[in-house]
Parts: sequence; C-alpha cells; structure tokens
Amino acid sequence: MYSIEVNNLTKKFGKFISVNNISFKVKEGEIFGFLGANGAGKSTTIRMLCGILAPTSGDAIVGGYSVLKHPDEVKLNIGYMSQRFSLYNDLTVEENINFFAGVYGLKGKLLDDRKKWVLKIANLNNKENLLTGSLPGGIKQRLALGTAVIHKPKIVFLDEPTSGVDPISRRGFWELINDLSESGTTVFVTTHYLEEAEFCNNIILIDAGKLIAEGNPKDLKTNYLLNDIIEVECDNAVKAMELLEKENFVEETSIFGNNLHLIVNNFYKDKTQIKLLLSDKNNIRVNRVDKIVPTLEDVFIHLLDNKTND
Amino acid sequence: METILNIIKKEFLQFRRDPKMFGIILVSPIIQLIFLGYAANFDVNIVHTTVYDMDRSEESRNLLNTFESSGYFSFDNYVNNYEDLQEDLETGETIVGIVIPNDYGDKINKRQPVKIQAIFDGSDGNTTSVAAGYVNAIIIEYSQKIFLEVQRKTGKKILSVNPLEAETRVWYNPELKTRNFMVPGIVGLLLMMITLILTSLAVVKEKEIGTLEQLIVTPIKSYQLIIGKLVPFAILGFVSVVIVLGAMTIIFNIHVRGSYFFLFVSSFIYILSTLGLGLFVSTISKTQQQAMMLAIFIVMLPMVYLSGFVFPIENMPKIIQIITYIIPLKYFMIIIRGIILKGIGFAELWQDGLILLLMGMIILYLSSLRFSKRLE
Ligand SMILES: Nc1ncnc2c1ncn2[C@@H]1O[C@H](COP(=O)(O)OP(=O)(O)OP(=O)(O)O)[C@@H](O)[C@H]1O
Ligand SMILES: [Mg+2]
Repeated sequence: MYSIEVNNLTKKFGKFISVNNISFKVKEGEIFGFLGANGAGKSTTIRMLCGILAPTSGDAIVGGYSVLKHPDEVKLNIGYMSQRFSLYNDLTVEENINFFAGVYGLKGKLLDDRKKWVLKIANLNNKENLLTGSLPGGIKQRLALGTAVIHKPKIVFLDEPTSGVDPISRRGFWELINDLSESGTTVFVTTHYLEEAEFCNNIILIDAGKLIAEGNPKDLKTNYLLNDIIEVECDNAVKAMELLEKENFVEETSIFGNNLHLIVNNFYKDKTQIKLLLSDKNNIRVNRVDKIVPTLEDVFIHLLDNKTND
Repeated sequence: METILNIIKKEFLQFRRDPKMFGIILVSPIIQLIFLGYAANFDVNIVHTTVYDMDRSEESRNLLNTFESSGYFSFDNYVNNYEDLQEDLETGETIVGIVIPNDYGDKINKRQPVKIQAIFDGSDGNTTSVAAGYVNAIIIEYSQKIFLEVQRKTGKKILSVNPLEAETRVWYNPELKTRNFMVPGIVGLLLMMITLILTSLAVVKEKEIGTLEQLIVTPIKSYQLIIGKLVPFAILGFVSVVIVLGAMTIIFNIHVRGSYFFLFVSSFIYILSTLGLGLFVSTISKTQQQAMMLAIFIVMLPMVYLSGFVFPIENMPKIIQIITYIIPLKYFMIIIRGIILKGIGFAELWQDGLILLLMGMIILYLSSLRFSKRLE
C-alpha cells in the first residue's frame, strides 16, 4: 500500500520552474528521505503535498485524497513541521500543545494522554510552564514534532527538522522518527545531511526541481555507482587532489573530512600507483589507501557532478 | 465555533505576554485624549475688534453693548472710515471689523430689515470661523430680542427669519469649544488604530514567523481563522472606547447625551470597515514594519484628514469633498458627535449608520476573499 503517490507534479513561479514533473511513491509506514541541495525544490514539493500550494500541473494522492481536489481531507490526515520553527515562542509549552490539540478537536482523556506523550518525547516533563521561546534548539524541534503529530496523523511531513541542531540532538531526533515509523506513521523527511539519508527506507534525490535518483540506500550505492571508490588518507589532501585529478585512472575526486575519495576506472590496478605519485614524486605522506563501499554521499556527488557536466 | 474560541483564547494569551499591547490599549487612549483635548485647542477666547459706527444712534450703541457684554469681544479701536478699519485688520491689531450703517437706527425703528457688516481677517481660518460664530450667535440673540420686544409691544406675531443652522450649532457647543468637537472624535480614531494597525500587525506577525503556514496545514478554515483573529481586536477596541468615554467624562466633563447602546452598536458597525482594512493591509505586506507603514500612510492618515475630524469637510475643495464620501470615519464622526454632543440617535443617524454598515460589509468581504486566496 502506498501512502503518497505523486504523479507528474510541477510547480512554476512565473517562468521559473521550481518543481519539474516529478513522480514517486511512498510506502505506508516507511521513512522516506527527500534529498536535494539548497533551492532544489524540496520545500515547494512538501508544500504542495500538504495542500498549502496548489500544483501548476500534475497531482498527488496523499493518504488516499487528491491534493488538487480534496485538500481539506488531506489536511485531516497529515502532520506538518515546516522548515521554520512554527510554534508560538510567546506561549508556554502547554499553551502551544493545548492550542494545536484544540485545532484538531482533541479533548478530555485523549488530550491528557497526548499531552503527556508530547511532553515525554520532548523531554519536557514538569516543564510545561516554560516559555517556548526560552527552550534550547534541540528541545524545540522535538516539541514541534510532538505537536505536529499530536492528532496521530497517518503521514507526517518534516521539512529539514534537524537543520541547525547539534549532532547529538540530531541522533536523538532520528530515534524519534524511527519510533514514529515503527508505530505505523509514514514519515516524509527532507534533509541536507547526506549521512541522515542512510536512516531512510527509501530516498529520492532532486536537483533543480528534477528527480535524479531514487531507491533504497543500498540499491542507490550499487545501481548508480558502478566504479570502485578508493579512500586515501594523506597529508595535504587539497594538493593531492589536484595531482590525482590529472591521472588517467581517476574519474572523479572529492574531499571527505581529512580524506580523499577517488572514483577510479579500469586503468586503476593497485595502491602503488597512488603512493608512487604522492609520496615518491611529490613528497606527500600517505597513511592509508583502501577500496571502500561507497557512501550515499559518494553516489550523490557523483550524480550531481555528472549532471553539471552534461 | 470551538475552533474560533480556541484561536481567540490563544490571541489573548499572547496579548498577556506583550507589554506593548497594554500600552496601546490602556495608555494611548488617555494620552490621545489629553493631547487632543488640551493641546489641540483652537478656542478663541477674546475677539479683538475694530468698530466703525456710522450711525452713532441709541440703537447702534445698544447693539454694540450687547457685543461687549457677551465677554467674547473687546473693542480695541473705533474708526471713522474704511481705510483705518482695513489698516487694523492688515496689521493684525484686530481680527474683525464691525460696521454699522448710518441708517441702522432709522430702519430698526421702522421695523425694516437692516444689514450690519462684519469684516474678518481670513488668514486664520479657524479663528475667523469661530469669531464668525460668535458674531452670528450674538446677532441672532439680539434680533430675537428685538422681535420679542416688538411682539410684546404690538401684540402681532412676526415670522422669525433666523438662520436655524447657526442657532443649532451654538446650541450643542455653547462655548464654541473645539475640545467638545475633537474629543468624541477620538473614539473613532482609537477604534481605528486598534482594529486597523494591531490587526494587520498580528496577522503579518504570524506570516513572518511562519506560524501562519502551520495553521494553513491544520483543518482550520480560513473564515475561522479570520474571525478568530479579528474578534480579539474588536474586544480590545471596545475596552479602549470605554476607557475614552470614562476619561472624557472625568477629565473634560463631556457627557454622552444620547444612548450608549446606539453608540456601541454604531461602533461595532464602524469597526467592520477598519478590521476589513486591517486584514487587507496584512495581505499586501510581508513584514510587520511594512504593515505598520501601509496602515498609517495609506489608510489612517487619509481617514483622519478626510473625515472631518481635524478639518471641516465644508471647507474642502469640491473634488476632495466627493472623495470623503468613501471614508468610513466620516460617517462615524457624524454619528459619534451626534450621539455624544447632540444626544440624537437612530432616527436622525440611521442613514449614516446604514452607509457605514454597507461599506463595512463590502470591505470586510473583499478583504476576507483576498486573504483566503493568499493562503492557498
Ligand atoms: N513563492 C515563491 N515564489 C518564487 N520562487 C519561489 C517561491 N518559493 C520557492 N521559490 C523558488 O523555488 C526554488 C525552490 O525552493 P524550495 O524552497 O522548494 O527549495 P528547498 O529545496 O526547500 O531549499 P532549502 O534547502 O533552501 O530549503 C528556489 O529557487 C526558490 O527561490
Ligand atoms: Mg526548504
């Protein structure tokens, strides 16, 4: 069963095409990652799926209803956490929860239960009278997620929920996302952080409004990147990259932290080729050269690079 | 309904944490009242006068005595020709010249109509019109006295030819005080400030911080959002009206002569327009600052200047007078002054009320339509 079916969805702002004819399907209960660089069209797509923006053409079925024909029904079945913090900073934690619960008509015991649940997942037990604006960023995001799903929607859209949050809080946040998915909620999440994509069941990658890759993380790595990836740990990675780029056995280079990743072709035989060039000819100390399983980042950089080369 | 109440409750919770709000609602009415009540005082206490009495009869002296004993006029100069009179006015030594023709006494005794001349220095329009009001009032009173005397002596009934208009004016502002005119108008001004500016700010604020987008994704309907957003400001508006009315009575001793009920009903009708305009401003602005600017310069100032609040509409050029017909505050000024100063009510003011109601409904409807469209 699919929770979301997107068919040839397009959004134009004047002449500018923000989302260009994309189609994909999201399975019920999965964590679906929606990846793309700044301005790729992620938020615009989410806005259309939530019924905030009307599509220029195409349609999407969200929770069984067309966003074009029945946006009101769509809204009953979804939760949405926008890219900007969207709770009231000048209300207390409890007032925010009460307000959004009230919007969905929660009352009595149900309201109490859900309130407790939100406070628990946001680590805000006994702190419900704090002003929301005074909370630290990570807690705010957890509270925002809690209120976004206070009515137990079948589908929740999270637009870059972890941007600007410290790495430890980000981990914790992804655990919450996992819990939601395990309890049956479909989670549609956009992110900048490519390493977060590994936590998703399925992923699509868009660039400049166009869909350029889709699949689960494992398939993406094997299907889209056929060449081997070599990781090089050495001094002066930038200089090393400049040197290696000129070699005929190297297709693409990129820097990952202190390391260098090379996508190599058939001319590559073994690590002596690299050591010879770097340490013997150019005096750059090489600590380690290994063939590695590509990360999603390798795949995406490869895909985005190829696109710009076209 | 529950959804609307939920939104209203949220708005009030937010007000509570916003000290600015309290300032605007509680303090600004009083400050405006005092400022406009005391500082914007266009009253003319003493009219400096030059007298040119050609007649020099008992009758003319009688008339002049009436002027002097009214307490409003001081006869600074007596002249014998128009040149000297003109010089006094030109130098600004006096602002009015009263000229009594040489057949004045004769005509009065023969019971013939007679004209006396009052020549004004028109450079200060306001003072002039106030002084003219005094002159009119005194002449009317005096001629009435003569009529009554004649009536008494002859036993005949004589038809009064007094200009009724002038008489009524003196009636409800007996001291011709600008304050009495200005202060009731403040009710209209304040209601506009609160409903127009605060409403547009509140809506744009949600747009700015992104909560509006969150609300759009919820099942809240746009009409619920609009009502939930507007009602709190309507309530605040009424609170400040009560404050102004109270302060008006206590500080300036101006009492509401007409019905409070009609006053509140017409205030409600009036804020339909201002709330609608506030909503409209919020649809054309992206930031709170922009909303503030637009509200003040595009809506509020024209309303204030063209409503008759500061400048009498009769004195405006014809074309501008036509424009004033689309200014809601103009009708509200007529109503509020009517209720507070004249004690008149529905019977006399229903037409203005009806126009205001229609205007309000149209403005609010169009703005809501635009607001809902923008949400999508
Ligand atoms: N209302 C709008 N009017 C005109 N252009 C818009 C509008 N909304 C978005 N765009 C443009 O569409 C493009 C995609 O924007 P979108 O916000 O969907 O990107 P994004 O993938 O969410 O990026 P980010 O990571 O920065 O959030 C951008 O170039 C943006 O400038
Ligand atoms: Mg975005």
